[in-house]
Order: sequence, then structure tokens, then C-alpha cells
Amino acid sequence: MMINDCFLYIIGVLVMIIGVMVGVAFLTLLERQALGYIQIRKGPNKVGYMGILQPFADVIKLFTKEQTFPNYSNYMVYYFSPVISFIITLMSWLLIPYYFNMISFNLGILFFLCCTSMGVFTVMIAGWSSNSNYALLGGLRAVAQTISYEVSLALIMLSSVIMIMNFNMINFFFYQEYIWFFFLMMPLSLCWLSSSLAETNRTPFDFAEGESELVSGFNVEYSSGGFTLIFLSEYASILFMSMLFILLYVGGYSLSLIFYLKLSFISFMFIWIRGTLPRYRYDKLMYLSWKSYLPISLNYLLFFLGLIIFFN
Amino acid sequence: MILLFIISILIILISNIMMFLTIIMSKKSFMDREKNSPFECGFDPKSSARIPFSLHFFLITVIFLIFDVEIALIFPMIYSFKLVNFFSMMKISFFFLLMLLLGLYHEWNQNMLNWTN
Repeated sequence: MMINDCFLYIIGVLVMIIGVMVGVAFLTLLERQALGYIQIRKGPNKVGYMGILQPFADVIKLFTKEQTFPNYSNYMVYYFSPVISFIITLMSWLLIPYYFNMISFNLGILFFLCCTSMGVFTVMIAGWSSNSNYALLGGLRAVAQTISYEVSLALIMLSSVIMIMNFNMINFFFYQEYIWFFFLMMPLSLCWLSSSLAETNRTPFDFAEGESELVSGFNVEYSSGGFTLIFLSEYASILFMSMLFILLYVGGYSLSLIFYLKLSFISFMFIWIRGTLPRYRYDKLMYLSWKSYLPISLNYLLFFLGLIIFFN
Repeated sequence: MILLFIISILIILISNIMMFLTIIMSKKSFMDREKNSPFECGFDPKSSARIPFSLHFFLITVIFLIFDVEIALIFPMIYSFKLVNFFSMMKISFFFLLMLLLGLYHEWNQNMLNWTN
């Protein structure tokens, strides 16, 4: 019985991992197509049928590229930091609320915060260890940015946790049957969306890999495998963040089809924002997190605490 | 806990295998001093990459540390609402959040959050 359960559970997790990888592959295809149509040109549409096989061809190409050994880099650290970032992202994907065959985290929110705050270190170490000025600058920027948005992210999340008084992700669905938290905490949910944009280093806030100033930011020195793993973990964390947005604010019941439609809409929105908005300025980014999101989230935390006490 | 342990071992294995696979699959490459030097605009890097960095990044990290500790103190509050007297817990949490908010405003007032001088 025990062995059977364990086996089923491992199969479930493997299916989840493969699902995440394939999802990332098609997210990149979606990104290239959507960016293409935003810039009034066609995206990749030749490989396979309408470009369906393009991401897999890209993966094969990336895997057969040569591995670089930069001079004076701290090679072991340089080699393992993409691996660790990929591990951390996949670990955070364990949080997706399956209703069977998976762990149901009683302290899921804490697990999520642990994973995201560990994710900072991999970017920092990847930038530092590759011994390049661009990479170091990208790593430093990424650390300051991700760290300061993590505070407001945690505080915004706390006010919706206070509403349900529980850390389990599944419980969010039961409390949002009649009204979505998106409407109940209107400015906060939008704050969460843009904080998650900054947390995943996406475009209005992509200072970690500003293509026009630092050539590719913290991953200049990475080639084949390292680059693939960094790329995979970044896009998997985009998918995860949009999943979390659905779960926290838009009433996610993860066994329904509409959950996944909403998820793909939010992750399309990440791409849409990339095609639309120019890059922010770095000091403004810091002011945005420390001088607007943090006070707003703290004040709303006080407000929702009062609301809960009022209704008790 | 054991399940989580098994799964984390599985995930670590998968990602290490993916990294190892690239080493096997990647094409033959030649090592050259100029090619392996870190990427910059010219051939040789102008300055060393291990430079001391701007103090602002460090200060932001220190402020972050304070707030992260405070978040770690807030999180247990959620469960303790069920365990202790509701009214006293309410007073404690209100006082704590007020302190946090006033501390933030104080830092703002002292120009700690300014990025440029």
C-alpha cells in the first residue's frame, strides 16, 4: 500500500515536471509569435506545422552548442548555479494544488517564500562567478531588485493570507467561490502582478539582463547547458507566478479547465507587457518598491487585519 | 517529509542529468586564450570584474534584512490567532504592524531609501 502510494506519487510528480517543461517550450513559442505579431511581422511558422516543433528544435540546437570555460571564473560555482536555479524552480512547482497524488502543503505559502528567496542567490552567484563586468553588474542589479520586491510580495501575500487565516494554497479556492479576491483587494492584486513581473525579471523591470546596456546581463558568459537551464527556470517561474496569481486572486480551482485558460492568459499578459512597455529607470524601480508598494501593502495589511477582527 | 525528500532527490537528479547531457552532446571545441577571456567590447577586459560595488546595493540589502526578519515575525501571527486570546493578539499585532509602518516612514524621512544623493 505504502509502496504503491509512493510510486503513484512519483509518477504524478514526473508528469507535472514534464508538463512544466512542455509548457515552457510552448510559452517560448507563444512569446516569439506574439512579439512577432506585435511588431507586425510573422513569428516562427515553418518548423513542423505552423512552428509547433520550433521550441524542440531550439532545445536540440542549444544542447549541442559548445560549453564555455571562461578564464578566471570560479568554475564549479559557475557550472552549478543554473542547475540549482532550475532545481529551485521545479521545487516551487510542487506547490500546484493537485487534489490527489501530490503533497498538500499545509504551509505552502512559507514554502513558496523559501523557494523564491533562494532563487535570488543563484542569479547573484551566476553573475559573480563568471568573472565579467557585465555579468557582475547584472547580478548586482538583479539582487537589489528581487530582494526589494520580495518584501512587498510577501506583505501583499500576507494580507490575502490573513483573509483566509491559513497557509494552505487549496483553501484560497474555497474562500473565493462567491467573490474573487481580485475585486476584494483591487489595488493590491495589481501591485502583486507588477511585483511578480519584477520578481521574475520581466520586461519593464528586466535590469538583470538589459539587452541594450548590459549585453545579456548576468548570463553573458553562459552557453549551451547553463543558458538552457537558466532560460527554463526563468520561464517556469513566469508560469508559476501566473499560476499563483490565479490561485490567490482569480479563484483557481485547479481541476477545472478554466484555471488553465486563465493561467495561459496571465502568462500571455507577461509577454504582452514585454511587447508594449519600455524599460523602467533603475532608481524609479527602487522608489516604486520601497516608497509605494511597501507602504501600500503595510497599510492594507493593517486594514485587512482590522476587517477580520471586525467580522469576528 | 519523506515524500518531499524523495522528490527533491528526483528533481536534483533530473536537472544534473540535463546539465551533464549537454557536456556529452556538445560539439568539440577548441580552447584559446582570447576566446575564453570574459566577454567585453574589446579583446581584453579593461578592468577586473571583481570590483568593489556601489554602497547603495549593500544598504538596500541591510534594509531588506530588517523587513525580512519582520515578515518572519508576522507569519506566525496567523496561526497564533487561533491559539491565544483573540483580543490580546489583536492588540499585539496592531502594535507590531504600526511599529513596522512607522519604522518605514522614519527610514523614508531620514533619506535612507533615496537611490541617488
